[in-house]
Amino acid sequence: MTVLHEPPTPSPTTGQAPVPPWRRPPRTDPAPLLPETEPYHRLGTDREPPEGPDRALWRTLHRHLVLGRRYNQQATALTRQGRLAVYPSSTGQEACQIAAALVLAEQDWLFPSYRDTLATVARGLDPVAALGLLRGDWHTGYDPHTHRIAPLATPLATQLPHAVGLAHAARLKGDDVVALAMVGDGGTSEGDFHEALNFAAVWQAPVVFLVQNNGFAISVPLARQTAAPTIAHKAVGYGMPGRLVDGNDAPAVYEVLADAVRRARAGGGPTLVEALTYRLDAHTNADDATRYREDAEVAAWREHDPLPLLTGALERHGLLDEDHARQARDAAEELAAGMRARLNAEPVLDPDDLFAHVYARPTPQLTEQAARLRQEAAAR
Amino acid sequence: MTSTAARSVSLAEALRRALRDALAEDPTVHLLGEDIGTLGGVFRITDGLAAEFGPERCADTPLAEAGILGTATGMAMYGLRPVVEMQFDAFAYPAFEQLVSHVARMRNRTRGAMPMPLTIRIPYGGGIGGVEHHSDSSEAYYMATPGLHVVTPATVADAYGLLRQAIASDDPVVFLEPKRLYWSKDTVDPDAPPDVPPLGRAVVRRPGTSATLITYGPSLPLCLAAAEEARGRGWDLGVVDLRTLVPFDDATVCAEVRRTGRAVVVHEAAGFAGPGAEIAARITERCFHHLAAPVLRVTGHDIPYPPPLLERHHLPDTARILDAVARLQWEE
Repeated sequence: MTVLHEPPTPSPTTGQAPVPPWRRPPRTDPAPLLPETEPYHRLGTDREPPEGPDRALWRTLHRHLVLGRRYNQQATALTRQGRLAVYPSSTGQEACQIAAALVLAEQDWLFPSYRDTLATVARGLDPVAALGLLRGDWHTGYDPHTHRIAPLATPLATQLPHAVGLAHAARLKGDDVVALAMVGDGGTSEGDFHEALNFAAVWQAPVVFLVQNNGFAISVPLARQTAAPTIAHKAVGYGMPGRLVDGNDAPAVYEVLADAVRRARAGGGPTLVEALTYRLDAHTNADDATRYREDAEVAAWREHDPLPLLTGALERHGLLDEDHARQARDAAEELAAGMRARLNAEPVLDPDDLFAHVYARPTPQLTEQAARLRQEAAAR
Repeated sequence: MTSTAARSVSLAEALRRALRDALAEDPTVHLLGEDIGTLGGVFRITDGLAAEFGPERCADTPLAEAGILGTATGMAMYGLRPVVEMQFDAFAYPAFEQLVSHVARMRNRTRGAMPMPLTIRIPYGGGIGGVEHHSDSSEAYYMATPGLHVVTPATVADAYGLLRQAIASDDPVVFLEPKRLYWSKDTVDPDAPPDVPPLGRAVVRRPGTSATLITYGPSLPLCLAAAEEARGRGWDLGVVDLRTLVPFDDATVCAEVRRTGRAVVVHEAAGFAGPGAEIAARITERCFHHLAAPVLRVTGHDIPYPPPLLERHHLPDTARILDAVARLQWEE
């Protein structure tokens, strides 16, 4: 990393002439750092094999990638069959999804957006609960406290300040909690992205911001989203480190996020991580990606698909035995079969639920409306 | 705590006392806002609280309302009870998305697993000679958002009592402080705060037999003055102080209107699709056969809030209220 400017002017108490307020030098604590413009890689034909605990980690990441790809395929298929209202696929982005989930400790919190259901599943959430929003039987299909996963945020970047506030609250209470918040490249244009990063840095909150830069905000390419050299560069203005990583290289994403989580846990404050990735599917099943991107571009990214990328590395380093591969495949098929069986069943719906949790106690008006709805249902 | 004699206390002081007592009694209460620390807030409502409770319990935040409410939401998710101050009514708008898309629906979205015990204090309304963006009556926006309680005190006792209740509530409360009443005073014993009726309850401030004025917050003193003036014209006007716009106290309002058969709703906010429209509709739906005249509204005009030198032409006054009363079809 490059230090932007010289160390601070020596204190006036050292006998040097005092610095007049209109010539106050910029803050150098923390030192503003420019992120590397070359994304951090770990995988590649000429790279070192993993050593020690990394060998197990890479295999764990691989197993989750196999499951994750199958999860995306199954959710997409169920959407075509009308079992989900909509599915924003993370196919191609599984390395980010998996790494974000696995990097956190049990007491930490994950703040996902609507495209991040795979991350919630990788953190241990029941897939049917994770897909509740997209199935449409309730907005949030799970109790956020059980796995410390905030509700999936649909309005872009609005979950980022929540992550900052939660992490700040935990620190005020003296709890060892890190919050990891996920957002896309489009979301970085939102005002809440700015406010969240600024609050996090001012408060030195234990937060990691993970931007999955998949190149498009639905149809609008990154060049129309920002003129910054990289999204990671935006960190500089907030006084926090920015890291750029190959988002399809699962061990690299894990390493960079783990560094950021460690830093946050140790009281070092927030980090902005930009992971360069690609959405191999359309925005959702309702989108037509051929209207805004070339097949050749998609084909090029398929050559850098996170799953074969890690599979190849494991094979090269002699870490992919048939047992591991079969177990991962079987687990993936079991996951998919479970999703099919449970999501093909009709959801249990109770219109009374509509009024049950608007307030701690229903208002007289809601009680009246609930009674009327019950009468309507009885009359039909 | 030693009780002192009753003395003259301002509405602002009652609010400050409520915040102080909440901070002292509940360690999960945290105040967040712009200039609320060292300065004590632009209206000095938090004066001395940072010194007493420290800069984390009464925290100056960066100047960003969505960030304030968004981070407060995260704090509430972790079990704290944040009380945020929006500096002025119109400066709360950047926080609107957090309020509507998250704060108001978090409990519902999570089937009750994640309540939002959060209070959003907003000084509102005109009559203080404020320049543009300092005098809005924004209550209708909040009333139209399910999941929020909307509360507005008009008396010194309610300023203390309702704010304590708002902070203690497990639901989000938009707490609208009528800034023109900040310096209004009443004689109370600050060490023995009076019990006030709960959130959701309206109070009859003045019983009447001829017609009922229905109002809240900044317009309550105006309505009481109008009722006083009306005696000279032979009208015995009752005045209902709503206190809580959401949930709405249909029972108290309807009981009064059924007794008098005539009602005028008074507020500063614009009339079109304003609170009065909802109130008039509710009265009509529930009390139609008791009404001797249509429910009338005396409100601000349907215009952007005017510049300070023109605001007297915009704000309801006693003459406009009495003119409305005169139009309540007395001839029959």
